Amino acid sequence: MTNLIDIKGVRHAYRTKAGPLPVLDGLDVAVPEGEFCAVVGPSGCGKSTLTRLIAGLMVPDAGEVWLHGERVTGPRKTVGMAFQNPVLLEWRTILDNVILPLEIVAPRMPRADREARAMTLLKMVGLDGFEGKRPSELSGGMRQRASLCRAIVHKPDVLIMDEPFGALDNFTREDLWQTMRDLRAAEPFTCVLITHDLRESVFLGDQVVVLSGRPARTQAVLNVDLPADRTLDILYEPKAQEMLHYLRDQIRVAQGRDGH
Amino acid sequence: METLQKIAVPIGAVLIFLGLWEGLVWVNNWPNYKMASPSDLPPAFWKFRWLFLEMGWQTLWRTVLGLGLAVLFGTLLGMIMGFSRIARDGLYPLLVGFNAIPKATLVPVISLIFIGAHDFNTVLMAFLISFFPIAVSVGIGLSTLEPEYRDILRSLGASRFTIFTKIALPKTLPEFFGALKVSVTLAFIGTNLVEIVSPHGRGLGALFKSGETNGDYPLMFAVLIALAVLGIVLYYGVLVLERIFAGWAERGAT
Repeated sequence: MTNLIDIKGVRHAYRTKAGPLPVLDGLDVAVPEGEFCAVVGPSGCGKSTLTRLIAGLMVPDAGEVWLHGERVTGPRKTVGMAFQNPVLLEWRTILDNVILPLEIVAPRMPRADREARAMTLLKMVGLDGFEGKRPSELSGGMRQRASLCRAIVHKPDVLIMDEPFGALDNFTREDLWQTMRDLRAAEPFTCVLITHDLRESVFLGDQVVVLSGRPARTQAVLNVDLPADRTLDILYEPKAQEMLHYLRDQIRVAQGRDGH
Repeated sequence: METLQKIAVPIGAVLIFLGLWEGLVWVNNWPNYKMASPSDLPPAFWKFRWLFLEMGWQTLWRTVLGLGLAVLFGTLLGMIMGFSRIARDGLYPLLVGFNAIPKATLVPVISLIFIGAHDFNTVLMAFLISFFPIAVSVGIGLSTLEPEYRDILRSLGASRFTIFTKIALPKTLPEFFGALKVSVTLAFIGTNLVEIVSPHGRGLGALFKSGETNGDYPLMFAVLIALAVLGIVLYYGVLVLERIFAGWAERGAT
């Protein structure tokens, strides 16, 4: 099976006043088509840099980023992005926010088709009835749902998410996990999720990549062999608990602390 | 009830203000060359009604034209400063220095460069005095755009121009209108400055000056009131535009 995303030996350093600051050094990630890859690691280890590399917003100093068998050298229309900040446009309604990528990717698509596509997604995430509202009229969880719809409205090959649920309270976050699971069941896409939440990585991921402290390399890859139609209860079962313990230990190593 | 209150309270406040003014003049028994009272004003307005209309129009169109130029130039300058760090570093000290010059000192300079071009000089001053807040606010609005906003479109391969029209421009509109409310008042001051100082000027400022020269004190006060009214009209004009173009930035009553 060929991989949709292939990151091989990527090295990157930011130029700062104090000299080059290496953030990635020996990063390898491979994500087969349709798989969900969760990336965890200590704070400031270069996880966000990884998202910008896959999206083609940056080119690494060394190493290769491949998408769909093509070397990534710049932005492409087949990518969707979601961030911790939902970055909805306040002057547009929720519906028009979701449509935004279609205006760039498919400028000749009729307005009615765009709306129909956006409404399908809004229904899926439980936002039907809110399409005419402004973002400021919605709660944080609802805004993030709208942001997810916008990220996949143009049917991207890859959805890249940088801690999209990081600013939400725990119960809202768990709701969003389930929404995410249902979205993937309805329309498959390959996904890279950056997160700090180990439970999130196990609940959503097909594989969990642990990054080391800065400069980040691939420290461990955990295969999450749990069924696709997971419920929240699965996190409390021994198998998932074992994985969480393993990830916790890996994070400890990544942080440079061996003791407990 | 609420609408009644919205109309009645400001009108009541104006009436109380006029009453206090009238009372103050009456109690002190001031002659009208010391201070005219509100009751002196209607005759002054009536006597010079055609002049008020003509001069008011002069002041209005010059202010609006100067402000319009300031909007064009200020927005352009703000865009340059917002997108280019070098331009920002280079232009900022120049702009701040220019803005610090009291504009009254520019009146003789301008009128010497463009002798006799009264209309042109007036519009020029309205423009010079009012473009600064617009340039600064647009520049800051653009340069503080969160990178994520740019990334959602850039990751789709959108051009800089598309990102500007779809995101950066609408996002800076609230700041732009905030600055425009300051600028409209400044432009008005600029117009009147030239009108008052220039010999053989036109506009409400010149009418004020002629009242002073002829010792017609009620006329001078009447001009002041006319200026206040015109200033209010201009300010609310901007407010209406803001409602239309940046109404989304207003949160509902909470």
